[in-house]
Amino acid sequence: MSTIPDDLSYTKEHEWVAGLEDGRTVTVGITAYAAEQLGDVVYVEVHSEVGTTVAAGDAIGEVESTKSVSDIFAPVGGEIVEVNAAVADTPALVNSDPYGEGWLFRVRVEEEPEDLLSAAEYTALTSGES
Amino acid sequence: MSRSTPLRGVHESLGATLTDFAGWQMPLRYGSESAEHNAVRTAAGLFDLSHMGEIFVVGAQAGEALDHALVGHLSVLAPGRARYTMIVNETGGILDDLIVYRLDEDQYMVVANASNYALVARELADRVRGYDARVTDRSDEYALVAVQGPRSAEILAPLTDAGLDELKYYAILPAVVAGAPVLIARTGYTGEDGFELFVLNEHAVPLWNALTEAGRDAGLVPAGLSARDTLRLEAGMPLYGNELSAAITPFEAGLGRVVRFDKPGDFVGKAALERVAANDTPRRLVGLVARGRRVPRHGYPVTRDGAVVGEVTSGAPSQSLGRPIAMAYVDEDALEKGGLTVDIRGSQEPVDVVDLPFYRRSK
Repeated sequence: MSTIPDDLSYTKEHEWVAGLEDGRTVTVGITAYAAEQLGDVVYVEVHSEVGTTVAAGDAIGEVESTKSVSDIFAPVGGEIVEVNAAVADTPALVNSDPYGEGWLFRVRVEEEPEDLLSAAEYTALTSGES
Repeated sequence: MSRSTPLRGVHESLGATLTDFAGWQMPLRYGSESAEHNAVRTAAGLFDLSHMGEIFVVGAQAGEALDHALVGHLSVLAPGRARYTMIVNETGGILDDLIVYRLDEDQYMVVANASNYALVARELADRVRGYDARVTDRSDEYALVAVQGPRSAEILAPLTDAGLDELKYYAILPAVVAGAPVLIARTGYTGEDGFELFVLNEHAVPLWNALTEAGRDAGLVPAGLSARDTLRLEAGMPLYGNELSAAITPFEAGLGRVVRFDKPGDFVGKAALERVAANDTPRRLVGLVARGRRVPRHGYPVTRDGAVVGEVTSGAPSQSLGRPIAMAYVDEDALEKGGLTVDIRGSQEPVDVVDLPFYRRSK
């Protein structure tokens, strides 16, 4: 069983979003469930540079593991304000600390989609898949 | 309906991620597949390969029958020795790649891939007709446990009286291991020294547990199919379904040496393969090393100046090289010109062509 923190929002693409309730900038990463499914992450790239504006649902990067590659999506619309350089250097952080040091990027929110999931909803989603 | 090996409960208790492979529930990884890969390169790994097929061919003419059925010259194989070979169809297409062990004067064991062994058993039964030889598919009775890695011999030795020092690479001997009757083969699919232990299903769990215990201090870890795939890829070993298929001849796969035209008599596929051998193959299996960090994967096009000149058959990040590696079929003329790229989801990423294998163990 992977952990699913109560205080985050989630997407169907297995990303988490932190900080939605307290402000204009959110942090985004992939969930522990997704990291476990991927296996060892060997390469992370966010193609969209800091300062670019993305729409919710845009594919803005990719995560490669030994066995597969997955797109990284923008869960909200807005300006990319920071990309985690530590993860680019040490992709294994996504496995070892997916909700902490393994965060991927930060967005100044301009558009918040209505279909973000609560922790309970995301738990239901992943228990149906596994 | 997915099938399980006798070791499934062991894998579950170890927390393995299971995956469907050729209709079998197999361990993909137990924890980090990179750690499992590295353990096999530096110490040892323990694999469940019970999904593989064991087909016995027995009789006074078993060797001659296999000479007719397969591309190799098996009748001259000494008892106790093994050979890598293939079974092809009438047009020379590969139906499976095999290891054939000669257990005795009149007894051979053919080890086939999980996805193919039912077909191989049927083809063999058909092809040996007229010879004094009998084909029995015993895949359902046998489990297969492999210990692979530089410390394999020291882990296995305390569990058996068998003379492992005298057991050469590509040799096999019957022995007792941890109280169970086992066929010990010095073969593998990792590029390391190691052993494959053929054992009846009922002995599989105690054998696995004994090996786990014996290997604890040497750094033996259970290893899944994910590590097995990256290990064999680094070692330049083909995988049926990726590098090998019925649409590919042994010559295209760079394995023409396994086809023995010099053996007496006819064999299935001989006429077609003689025609293939007489001509240059238009494409060839090569190794690729990516210059960047994105991974060329199975099915991606190999390109040159925007034109497709080949296809990746297997690709993965390589622990041993620190860069992504791949095997691919590429047109000969494109190989001569050089400047190859792989189309990785729309962007042309430069790759270098290298000789296989990518990794060779130090003796």
